[in-house]
Amino acid sequence: MDGNLNALTTLFTEFYYWVTIVIMFLIHVGFCMYEVGVSRRRNHLHTLMKNTMLAPLVTITFFFFGWWLYWAMPNGPFIYQGKGLILDGVTGANQYLPWAPKMGVNLQDHITGVFWGAFLLFSWTVASIVSGSLIERVKSGAFWIIAVMIGSVTWIIDAAWGWHFDGWMVKLLGYHDAYASGVIHAIGGGTALGVLIVLGPRLGRFMADGTPREFAPQNQWLVTVGLFLIYTGFWGFYAACNVPIISPEVIAGQVTGTAWTATTIYLTPTTLSGITFNFLMSLSGGLMVGYLVSKGNPFWTYSGGLAGVITASAGNDLYHPVQAFFIGGLGIYIAYKLHNWVERRFKIDDAVGAVAVHGYCGFLGCVFAGFLLWGYPSSPYEGYATVNPLGNTIGGVIMFFVLGFIPGWVVAKILDGFGLLRVPRAVELIGLDFKSLNDEEAAREDVRRAEKALV
Amino acid sequence: MGSTWAVDLKDIGAVYPLLGWEVIMVLVAVAAWLLWHFAQIREEEADHADDVKRYGKPEAIKKALDEQHSVWS
Repeated sequence: MDGNLNALTTLFTEFYYWVTIVIMFLIHVGFCMYEVGVSRRRNHLHTLMKNTMLAPLVTITFFFFGWWLYWAMPNGPFIYQGKGLILDGVTGANQYLPWAPKMGVNLQDHITGVFWGAFLLFSWTVASIVSGSLIERVKSGAFWIIAVMIGSVTWIIDAAWGWHFDGWMVKLLGYHDAYASGVIHAIGGGTALGVLIVLGPRLGRFMADGTPREFAPQNQWLVTVGLFLIYTGFWGFYAACNVPIISPEVIAGQVTGTAWTATTIYLTPTTLSGITFNFLMSLSGGLMVGYLVSKGNPFWTYSGGLAGVITASAGNDLYHPVQAFFIGGLGIYIAYKLHNWVERRFKIDDAVGAVAVHGYCGFLGCVFAGFLLWGYPSSPYEGYATVNPLGNTIGGVIMFFVLGFIPGWVVAKILDGFGLLRVPRAVELIGLDFKSLNDEEAAREDVRRAEKALV
Repeated sequence: MGSTWAVDLKDIGAVYPLLGWEVIMVLVAVAAWLLWHFAQIREEEADHADDVKRYGKPEAIKKALDEQHSVWS
């Protein structure tokens, strides 16, 4: 760090990302509370552990190979002009191998750890999206393999392709997805759908004629607080998607003059102030329409807020707040209708509506951004396609289907083939916590007996 | 890393112990990760098999469902 301004910028950026990581932790707390609130009492402990343990497993694998993949894969490889992996140079992946000196305490590097951490929290989020859909019947071991797949492999490949200033989707398709409608949410929802098809519904979820039975959330307050915490963590998520301060010289693109700016991951300019408008307006649109369309159902109203933000996220760096508001509302309206239709038509038991809230809204967010931002530059650099409806729609398909649904379905099929995917029927019926709860009750009874003996 | 901080920090890079042993450390960690999955899956399969053996009969399942209704709901 030569020069005070450079040092200040670097240390500010380091602290900025560090704070976003702390805030994003709340997303995971929220997901844990939310999932436990939705699951039945007999499955609480299993549900909690299933979501909790994805965090360490995705963390270590993201350290081993996930971060390397992000920097190695922007060309495909071999999709963009036949170019292969990017291994060397200023942005080369080999400096992020798990044994490289940058991947530890290194006085010459203040950014790698916090940038890695911010991406890692996105990884936890994407794995958590899948987790909720599968509750009460998936084996933990199977889910954790799926979590590593999406958290440390497939989502980070999609990020290299469409959420990297040098990604081939940005260059060739003009793909624009500033706050990850597609790269986090569509892939999460698509993966969940692929796994759900193989996994099947919870026992008793559908009547003989195919009508779904309502499995009401067991604890509305846990669900409420959980979703509010996810909203809160989402602020950190939005901040972490930005580069907080950068000079035109560092961007070294077509931006002229001397004005410093915040940018998106594509290094295109935006402001934290502007995205604050859009975050809150899209949240509001989602909440209002979610309330109306579900006739005041709390579960879908809160999910509507989340869905609103997710649908507007692809273009929330540039939208007008009123656009964000209407996009948010439209997203939950379509997702809610589609969720109910798919549930009845195909008997898909998505316990938390993640396929709808994250998958459908994430995909729609890509499509809407393609239309509304049609003609905007996707990058500050020359030679990139501009944002367009076709490019963003193809991008949404890649996220939801190619990197989401297909890998989810294939891995679930393999796990199912080995008998590792779904818990035995009897265990599902008595509950995954049956033994633990019996042991707890026996321990309480033992204490009660001991206390009575003292009277 | 030497034994003093009386240095110009711009000349200092990585400072963790066992510099040069990073590949070995990572390989050990990867092995630990894979072993964890094997151990966890084996444990979970054994637990489920035990549950099925002890509570898998229809009467036991019905009794469990009734008990849950009165105690845990």
